Amino acid sequence: MRDDVDQAEVLCDAVRRAAAAGEAVRIVGSGSKSSLTAGAAEASRPARLLSVSEHVGIVDYRPEELVVTARAGTRLKTLESVLAGAGQYLPFEPPRLHGGGTVGGAVACGLSGPGRPWRGAVRDAVLGVELVNGRGERLRFGGQVMKNVAGYDLSRLQAGAFGTFGLMLAVSLKVLPVPETEQGRVLALPPADALARCRAWSRRPLPISGLCWADGLLHVRLSGAASAVAAAAGEIGGDDEPDPRFWTGLRDLRLPQLAGPGLWRCVLPPAAPEPLDECLVNWGGAERWWRPRADDARVRAALAAAGGHGRPFDGSFGHRGAGTLAPLERRVSERLRAAFDPERRFNPELTARPEETHAH
Amino acid sequence: MTADPADNRRRRRVESLLRRALPPSSLITDPRARKTFETDGLTAIRELPWLVALPETEAQVLEVLRICRAHDVPVVPRGAGTGLSGGARPSADGLVLGLSKMAEIVEVDLDNLVARVQPGVRNLAISEAVAEHGLYYAPDPSSQIACSIGGNVAENSGGVHCLKYGLTVHNVVGVRLATVDGEVLELGGKVPEGPGYDLLALVMGSEGMLGVVTEVTVRLLPSPPEKRVLLAPFADVGAAADAVGAIIAEGIVPAGLEMMDAPAIRAAEAFVHAGYPSDAAAILLCELDGVAGEVAADLARVTRVLDAHGAGDIRVAESPEDQARLWLGRKAAFPAVGRIAPDYYCMDGTIPRAHLADVLERIGRLAEAHGLAVANVFHAGDGNLHPLILYDANQPGQLEQAEALGARILELCVAVGGTVTGEHGVGVEKLDTMCHQFDAATLAQMHAVKAAFDPDGLLNPGKAVPELARCAELGGMHVHGGRLPFPHLPRF
Repeated sequence: MRDDVDQAEVLCDAVRRAAAAGEAVRIVGSGSKSSLTAGAAEASRPARLLSVSEHVGIVDYRPEELVVTARAGTRLKTLESVLAGAGQYLPFEPPRLHGGGTVGGAVACGLSGPGRPWRGAVRDAVLGVELVNGRGERLRFGGQVMKNVAGYDLSRLQAGAFGTFGLMLAVSLKVLPVPETEQGRVLALPPADALARCRAWSRRPLPISGLCWADGLLHVRLSGAASAVAAAAGEIGGDDEPDPRFWTGLRDLRLPQLAGPGLWRCVLPPAAPEPLDECLVNWGGAERWWRPRADDARVRAALAAAGGHGRPFDGSFGHRGAGTLAPLERRVSERLRAAFDPERRFNPELTARPEETHAH
Repeated sequence: MTADPADNRRRRRVESLLRRALPPSSLITDPRARKTFETDGLTAIRELPWLVALPETEAQVLEVLRICRAHDVPVVPRGAGTGLSGGARPSADGLVLGLSKMAEIVEVDLDNLVARVQPGVRNLAISEAVAEHGLYYAPDPSSQIACSIGGNVAENSGGVHCLKYGLTVHNVVGVRLATVDGEVLELGGKVPEGPGYDLLALVMGSEGMLGVVTEVTVRLLPSPPEKRVLLAPFADVGAAADAVGAIIAEGIVPAGLEMMDAPAIRAAEAFVHAGYPSDAAAILLCELDGVAGEVAADLARVTRVLDAHGAGDIRVAESPEDQARLWLGRKAAFPAVGRIAPDYYCMDGTIPRAHLADVLERIGRLAEAHGLAVANVFHAGDGNLHPLILYDANQPGQLEQAEALGARILELCVAVGGTVTGEHGVGVEKLDTMCHQFDAATLAQMHAVKAAFDPDGLLNPGKAVPELARCAELGGMHVHGGRLPFPHLPRF
């Protein structure tokens, strides 16, 4: 595969042709996350598949700017190896599902890695987006600088929107220097005690970049200057991380605890005491991968009672919002979508029409 | 009152409904009292509002919005009124919705490390309230002793430390937003992300155009135990600018990295005697924070980079008092510049750092061509420039020259891949330069987004995004006789 191919005009034309023909468009990148939208697709009207995977290349990268601009189809692997060559990385650590993934897909799906509470989410790193809207117009939001308050921030809005506002052509992302040292610790703790430790450490200025409890072990990742990491490791105690691939396994959702059916991805206030059993607890408590033994309605009620929310991590995951949004937020979201894509051309199956949804 | 009897009836009706909805002290109709609200930090722009409402509760905010919506009354939300781009300029036929009476810290949640606060709470008051727990709220706009958190959300405010700690968008996790229909949209909360679209990110910096913030949940961070501030003088502006990029390229993200050029250094030194080297062409101020070993290691590396780029004698401040002294000149730079020229016009463009040296040189040439001087004092680390154009409004033509030069400078920022406003917002001030930065289709998309929230355009009309038909030609942050709109506030 060539690594610098500009297909922007081809993609724009394809969208305009679809618009003229009144067709829907389903956007795909490398297909690594297709399992997150597979269920929704079954119920959808027919749509033309539009692949961004050939629209590749790093358009602009100067390490001292801490910004990289890449075409949407650029493989995460390619981008991350270029960044690594300059001693930098994507702070939001996007998962590489099945080893694949594109820049556009990482932004569209909005999944952030284990360091999210300390290093920021996908949307925190998005500085600019070039997008084709439902009218086939090529638009540029944001830019390549960190401080920019010119106009509405329509760039960050694309993170996690699953392509329902338009087709992303290129994204500018904030990058960071790779920390000097990284060290993993593990402590054998019951889950409630692990949560208590997470709470206590979070209040202290420690160089923590990951806190994950799974199967009786609290995994701690420390990143930063060698002396600071060593001092923190002493304070935190425990043992050396025995599994060198734990943190990349967590990032790429390859851990055995995350395999198999019935898994929910839940987002909670980090100190929420429940749900805890049957969970892999990430982000110091704020992200919980839960395999509940209850029906959906009771699971949603339990999450709402805990001040959070969640969705099954299956083919319906990309079907954002249905049954989980308050009525007002749903109405505003639909109007917002229509502002970009009045004909619901892009990924039509991925958000429900207001009349198709029901209050939760 | 207007000449139109139907409109007079409508106005009387609105006033009587508002009187019923609000406590007596929360509705201001007296013209002298309303005058307080005719402008914000951009004092060149003034408009007397028809009415001012200062609700005490969210329920009152909602009721005011419902009344205004039902009677087509434009609503201009207002925080502390410290904004620099005219974002809170009133409408003559509209209502100013001031949130200053809603100033309670509702909850400090130490388990989840967040604080829930009302919109009128001052930025600095949050950090003061949680300091006893070793925590703070990171964004620190220079007006932080006065500006409100609701206004910070509206402007996506930054500050000296946003290179490392981010802007308001990175530090606010929840907002209650009153819609134009008088309903509450709950976005985020104590959780790091919501279940739907990231409307929270969209609301940040939306300048009160999409809704009215009635509560904000902010993230609290542990205060860094160690801090060092260093000052490096340079004999050459270009060398100082290149050193900025080199520090970042070295893998260091300083807590703050500021630059001043010779006119700014001399003005600041004459004003506050911070001990800056008056013969330097430029100085860099660099703040490093973190845990003990980390700060020491970074300090050694930064010093090495600065030396390699030809810095003169580097001063390192260890005690909080010495650090405050080093910062003093930088923080006093705006009023200091105000002492050396009758008027100045402050710009706010951001550029990619790689262009710093080049852009500074070109600003110098542009200034010369316009027959005016420019002092540069700015957030070098994130490329956020604040060129201060010196002029004298009493000299015929100088104001126009200053505005023309300002426009050229912002066009230059856009041309090198930057933006017309890094942190002050578009407001009414930069509507014309917005036309330069965004094409018509993109601006039309922004208008469509606005309409999704506010179909009749009642919320803060005429701000932030220019109408396609016409790009307004307006003034800027003009300072006469060295007097800033809020003379007691530091501006940097």
